[in-house]
Amino acid sequence: MEKRVVVTGMGIISPLGNNLEEFKNNIFSGNSGIERIKAFDPTGLDVQIAAEVKNFDLRNFDKEIKVIELKRIDRFSQFAIAASLSAFYDSLLDLNKIDPYRVGVIIASGIGGIISLEEGIRTMINKGPNLVSPYLSAMMIPNMASGWVSMKLKINGYISCPTTACSASANAIGEALEVIKRGEEDIIFAGGAEASICPIGITSFSQAKALSTRNDQPEKASRPFDKLRNGFVMGEGAGVLVLEELEHAKKRGAKIYAEVVSFGQTSDAYHITAPEPTGIPRAKAMEIALMKGKVPKDEVDYINAHGTSTPLNDKVESDTIKQVFGDRAYKIPISSTKSMIGHLLGAAGAVEAIATILMIKENFVHPTINQEEKDPECDLDYIPNVGREHKIRYALSNSFGFGGVNTALIFKKFD
Amino acid sequence: MTKEEVMEKFKKVFVEKTGIEDFKEEDKFIDDLGLDSLGVMDVITGLEEEFNITVPDSDIPKIKDIKSALDYISSKV
Repeated sequence: MEKRVVVTGMGIISPLGNNLEEFKNNIFSGNSGIERIKAFDPTGLDVQIAAEVKNFDLRNFDKEIKVIELKRIDRFSQFAIAASLSAFYDSLLDLNKIDPYRVGVIIASGIGGIISLEEGIRTMINKGPNLVSPYLSAMMIPNMASGWVSMKLKINGYISCPTTACSASANAIGEALEVIKRGEEDIIFAGGAEASICPIGITSFSQAKALSTRNDQPEKASRPFDKLRNGFVMGEGAGVLVLEELEHAKKRGAKIYAEVVSFGQTSDAYHITAPEPTGIPRAKAMEIALMKGKVPKDEVDYINAHGTSTPLNDKVESDTIKQVFGDRAYKIPISSTKSMIGHLLGAAGAVEAIATILMIKENFVHPTINQEEKDPECDLDYIPNVGREHKIRYALSNSFGFGGVNTALIFKKFD
Repeated sequence: MTKEEVMEKFKKVFVEKTGIEDFKEEDKFIDDLGLDSLGVMDVITGLEEEFNITVPDSDIPKIKDIKSALDYISSKV
């Protein structure tokens, strides 16, 4: 019999809360986590706003960590450790009773330790190469978040790090699903982490004209599907899910949030940043996920959109949903978590998976905020401004990344 | 620079880089104080900045414990 995979623990560090309850209350209420940048003085930059994580201290999650260690762990890895420990506590797993080679970790990152890299380059230019930290290489490589989590939890199984840009952590969940399904592992800590709110991180996307410049109204800057949208807002944080083989979870009496049903992935093969305009490759990713999970289209009751708030993405994504679901597209509530927390890049897919699972569990769909002026090219039900009660059987979550990566994940209510 | 001044500055760097405040001159960085090779490099980098000296790669193996570090610095400043 084919193995099934469920979610038995979740942990989150986000611009709208560093625990599940606070995050849920904020996104269900339609709050915004976007403000003027505080991590550095953004004066003089075109983009001066972002969705930053607030009040974060890894020592609140890892009581044993020493101050000296904190200096050697980049912010994105710190987020990953905190979210993984939260997910671990939430799962009530007793790792002493489990073969450590049956537990894996796949924490994605789109960029890795760019804050440390930027600081290292500054040191090299201003003080010379001899004064660059010997820890830099270990701080900046994207797979170090997975490395730290394996060390903190002492788990020896499968380890990996997809770096497929804004799809990366959806990729991580998909990869974890398949590894468990083929029987290689019983449990995988899967998710993503990103911390790129630093001058070069902001500037690199700003120069590509991908970011909103609505500096005077930060909370209104991320407005997916709205006619006045003019780019995405960079966010930061981490989301980690404990994916567990169903029988393994049942045997230990675990609490089950939802089932991870299937994963579809395609490549645009078109352009470095712009989506393929017909939406056909994106639609194919969604179709593959539906087919692999044998999911009836008329039982998909919610879509968590990639919904970046860029002019191109939101139009093509809306077209794609219509291609896949036909007339039913107009009846499926769709929302973009990014309207509230910005775009967490390599952590977006995982954080949005957590949002989706919370919605499945609570029979409530969160809104897309900042819906003020209708765009005739985006004419679906984006749950404008106010969330609502809604029962979900299956939910689809889209993630698309630079380089033409298209990822679709499907989650199911577990009963 | 007096021996005391070298020790004072050394201690500042060493504590900042390792968090270790309690050490003796004969303590070896790796065997006694639990540093790894990156940790030793981090201390050396800090000393280069603090004392405004350059430690060539060929000299790194000479700096194995607190005493050899202090002697090395004294020979350079």
